[in-house]
Amino acid sequence: MEPLTEHSGTALVLRRGDVDTDQIIPAEFCKRLTKSGYEDTLFHAWMQDPEFVFNDPARRQASVLVAGHNFGTGSSREHAVWALRDWGIRVVIGTSFGDIFFRNAWKNGVLAVQLPESVVDTLASKVDADPSFVVTVDVEACEVRASGLTHGFQIDKRPRWLLLNGLDDIAVTLGRDELITGFEAGRKPWLPRVGAA
Amino acid sequence: MRTLIEKVWTDHVVLAAEGEPDLLYIDLHLVHEASSPQAFDGLRLAGRQARRPELTLAVEDHNVPTNTLVITDPMGSKQVQALRTNCAEQGIELFQLGDDRQGIVHVVGPERGYVQPGMTVICGDSHTSTHGAFGALAFGVGTSDVEHVLATQTLALVRPKTMAVEFTGEVPAGVTPKDLILALIAQIGANGANGHIIEYRGQAIEQLSMEGRMTMCNMSIEAGARAGMIAPDETTFAYLKDRPNAPQGSLWDQALEYWRSLATDPGATFDRTVTVDVSTLTPYVTWGTNPGQAVPLSSVVPDPSTFDGTERAAAERALAYMALEPGTRMRDLPMDMVFIGSCTNGRIEDLRAAADVLRGRKVAEGVTMLVVPGSMQVRQAAEIEGLNEIFEAAGAQWRLSGCSMCMGMNADRVQGPQRIASTSNRNYEGRQGAQARTHLVSPAVAAATAVTGRLSTPADLEH
Ligand code: SF4
Repeated sequence: MEPLTEHSGTALVLRRGDVDTDQIIPAEFCKRLTKSGYEDTLFHAWMQDPEFVFNDPARRQASVLVAGHNFGTGSSREHAVWALRDWGIRVVIGTSFGDIFFRNAWKNGVLAVQLPESVVDTLASKVDADPSFVVTVDVEACEVRASGLTHGFQIDKRPRWLLLNGLDDIAVTLGRDELITGFEAGRKPWLPRVGAA
Repeated sequence: MRTLIEKVWTDHVVLAAEGEPDLLYIDLHLVHEASSPQAFDGLRLAGRQARRPELTLAVEDHNVPTNTLVITDPMGSKQVQALRTNCAEQGIELFQLGDDRQGIVHVVGPERGYVQPGMTVICGDSHTSTHGAFGALAFGVGTSDVEHVLATQTLALVRPKTMAVEFTGEVPAGVTPKDLILALIAQIGANGANGHIIEYRGQAIEQLSMEGRMTMCNMSIEAGARAGMIAPDETTFAYLKDRPNAPQGSLWDQALEYWRSLATDPGATFDRTVTVDVSTLTPYVTWGTNPGQAVPLSSVVPDPSTFDGTERAAAERALAYMALEPGTRMRDLPMDMVFIGSCTNGRIEDLRAAADVLRGRKVAEGVTMLVVPGSMQVRQAAEIEGLNEIFEAAGAQWRLSGCSMCMGMNADRVQGPQRIASTSNRNYEGRQGAQARTHLVSPAVAAATAVTGRLSTPADLEH
């Protein structure tokens, strides 16, 4: 992955709570075998509504999504992150996230950022009022910046470090192979082996 | 003094370094066709191999048809084919469609004895939380993590907070594990346990069978938790004894000693505690489009104006999608379909509970009912008991095993804006079909509902 230190872009607002991954991408599109090419599947049912914010031509270039609470709740499908990313979303800002979605997002370089409700509200009204309003997420400083607003956010050290340095998660863990092998030597003798019975 | 959660976590830490998440060893990796193809691809592209194929079990479940052994959908068929190729290439055992061990991944793992107390279990599937019923630390991950576990047999993870859910009081007759978990989620909300691992506690939990415990832990994810766990006890050990992959002989004795040490120590503390009084509970049903939007079946569709802020907007949207009016009695809601199955309620006990209600009765005219066993083993056990005959005599369809109507990935789907009483775990918009209107219920309520054609409890059939 390319290193990513910050992202700036225009935004759109979807202030609905509990937006689940079945809405972000319905299961029927999770039959594909690829990791990309999901731009046509994003919010498939809601896209049928011409008024839906993702159909607003003024927002087509937006790369920041200002969401509500518990965004990405539900299934573990990473396709939800792929669909957002393929449509052009690089940042999702919300008051809380589905656990697995949050983890999947950072693993794909999509910045999921949790901010207090008052800050999200302020951002949402500024973005709603102005399609050219730019939001910046600084991974290095762990800060969201926009005109008249700066707010810090928290992110686990490992995904931040991987992203800032463009490192491969698996390669980093494989660098600890000796430790893993050492651990394996002490595993309980009764633990099951698949195919053994 | 440590909690069950802390004990299992600590025993799997490969590396704990300052300022880093813990590197956790994974004892069992479950795989299905829908979340794995891109992970195997990634492995191949990087020239890597599965590190421990013998700690990995693959099952075909999401795409499989439940009325035939032939997958006709070309995309679904390709996905299943990809799994077969990937497993052959990496030396991973696969239970294919047609194998008598095939079924839904979260039903198959435990019934083969692969899931044991104190283990870490992951799967590219959110309902991996099911396996916490054994006192295992089990959680769902995305495809990137599936690849990470295939390659390294570990995951780097920050330890979540701990949350005790204490169920107090006696469970009233007619209240099932599904009702307990729906009542909890209604109480704390669909994100109420975010960032936590839950331990379910109390006499009501101790009295549950393993099947009931699995139903509860299964829906931990619907409460927003990373995982849900229950301390292993005599019920757990009796379930495991003599399962095909459970330890034998002296290893069983050693395992048992360790398993008995896992329960939360008296006096150990949790980051958060929630109490649910079960003594006044009655059967629950969802009215909305997230699992937290649930009420007692005896009550009415709530009025959005009784909620605050974003909850109100969510309730309004949900009622519009569900085509419901506030104040309507849940009991008056007519159903087009009834689905019994899924990794939440597709086990033998669930089928027994439904069959008990349906025995000598008929599915109401105009109602389509599917009964889909959680695994082929469950199907076989049910047939030995003659449950299939009860279902078929009532007019229900008796199917092969798979995820079926739980989510719209195979041919079993709700057509159009039909209303369905479903024993699965998610009532999201479109989950069971493009415009499907889902009401989540227990197997007993599903069966009673099939008989009357309206949401009903078994007790309603007696009058
Ligand atoms: S039955 Fe439903 S919830 Fe369970 S694994 Fe299958 S699709 Fe997921």
